[in-house]
Amino acid sequence: MTLPSQDIVVQTIGLTRTFGSVTAVDHIDLMVARGEIFGVIGPNGAGKSTLIKMLTTLLPPSSGTATVAGYDVVREPAQVRRHIGYVPQLLSADGALTAYENLLLSARLYGVPRQERTPRIAGALRRMGLADAANRVVGHFSGGMIRRLEIAQSLVHRPTVLFLDEPTVGLDPGAREAVWERVLDLRNTFRRTMIVTSHHMDEIDQFCDRVALIDNGRLVAIGTPSELKARVAPDATLDDVFVRLLAGGKDTGDSYGDVRRARRSAREHG
Amino acid sequence: MVTSGAPADRRESTAEITAHPSLADYATEVYAVAAAEIQKLYHDPFELFTRAVQPVLWLMLFGEVMAQVRGVASGNLPYLDFLSAGILAQSALFVAIFYGIAAIWERDLGVLQRYLVSPAPRSALVLGKAISAGARALSQALIVYILALLLGVGIDLQPLSIIGVVFAILVGSALFSTLSLIIACIVKTRERFMGIGQVITMPIFFASNAIYPLSLMPVWLKIVSRANPLTYEVDALRSLMLVKGTSDYGLPLDFAILLGTTAVLTAIAARLYGRMGY
Repeated sequence: MTLPSQDIVVQTIGLTRTFGSVTAVDHIDLMVARGEIFGVIGPNGAGKSTLIKMLTTLLPPSSGTATVAGYDVVREPAQVRRHIGYVPQLLSADGALTAYENLLLSARLYGVPRQERTPRIAGALRRMGLADAANRVVGHFSGGMIRRLEIAQSLVHRPTVLFLDEPTVGLDPGAREAVWERVLDLRNTFRRTMIVTSHHMDEIDQFCDRVALIDNGRLVAIGTPSELKARVAPDATLDDVFVRLLAGGKDTGDSYGDVRRARRSAREHG
Repeated sequence: MVTSGAPADRRESTAEITAHPSLADYATEVYAVAAAEIQKLYHDPFELFTRAVQPVLWLMLFGEVMAQVRGVASGNLPYLDFLSAGILAQSALFVAIFYGIAAIWERDLGVLQRYLVSPAPRSALVLGKAISAGARALSQALIVYILALLLGVGIDLQPLSIIGVVFAILVGSALFSTLSLIIACIVKTRERFMGIGQVITMPIFFASNAIYPLSLMPVWLKIVSRANPLTYEVDALRSLMLVKGTSDYGLPLDFAILLGTTAVLTAIAARLYGRMGY
């Protein structure tokens, strides 16, 4: 893909992370353009969350480089953090605070000027369909409401790139659709770049402009959902792509040790 | 491949936060973390009441009995007066020393990751947590003060003395909550933390001047106690809180040791806190 350099928002070159003898992310080269919704898919323990953690500066790479919004994740982590929003796979809203207080905390941590905090928080709540729940304690929210609040939290400082790690995990179909509606709205209105991981292939197919398929820390395939599907069969679904492209690369099947390692790293590293 | 959708709103599409953070920004970030913790207490103050049981028991059971025995040479102070400052420091210590477990809890939930992806310096996050530990401890101080007054302890109620006590409690709580955070960053699981929390709380409390003076101790224990920051917190509290209280080491030394130790621990915790997100 050739793009004007100012339109490349995320770029990784040979990005690698090892944990002891396990290579969680293995020499990944990626480029994500401004305004893209970029999907990252792969089996549990493939390295998706480790990749996201390196791009969000939570985890230093073992080797290789990554730039986000034009800043190097190792040399300029504070600048990277100013320009990204991150919705972790885990629960990041504080259940003991109200929605408003959660957003106020984010606004203060991200240096949103005092006079702008209230209008921005109100705007984020409205955009995420939570205006009526502003003063309720989050512990009483439904899963879908919490996810939307977490997206609102990651938006108050108007980031260039938004990282969504399994944003619809554990949500019912109605709540999943509501989350995606808001994500699309953000991209279409503000041209935010989104990097999304998901296990729901139908969502990735429907909403992502391009997809990277990762397995064992390596980039197995990258392209638009149509391109990936066309590689497998004329009438293939993204589920078929997932199964066929991953199976093609491995003829031995997972050993007990592989499964155990994958589960452990999925648990420890998301 | 790259679809732009509706025309971009330039105003909304840039992160326009100042590139050079000021001291005011730092203060806002510290305050943001502390304020969130205090808001949580406001929503659910139950823990403040349950935590108050322990200092009440120490003063009313242990204190009343030991005062009758007259077994502890507490200098010119009645034993209950002597003890009340120690129990005040102890109740603040007990709040602070289990603070790390909240950090582990936040890590397991995912709340920590949210703090760590923010541009706020790690030290601001650590300090904010430390100050909130102080705020929790101050609620304990109020209860100890009320009880001590009821028991006839000669409490110094002059505004300057009270401000001094508040400051000593805030610094002492910041010190021990940050120590706790460091332990949490190292051990990483709640189970291990609980074991270590128990193991260190007892020596910090007993190898200090909280419930008996250092003069009663064998030499080796005196040395340990002189190296224990709690001794200096108690010393400061004893001189500020009580009408007849005096400081053994002098307030400047007490506060210098408390502030210096807190600064060192904060620097260490700030380094380790970021690794909690791995």
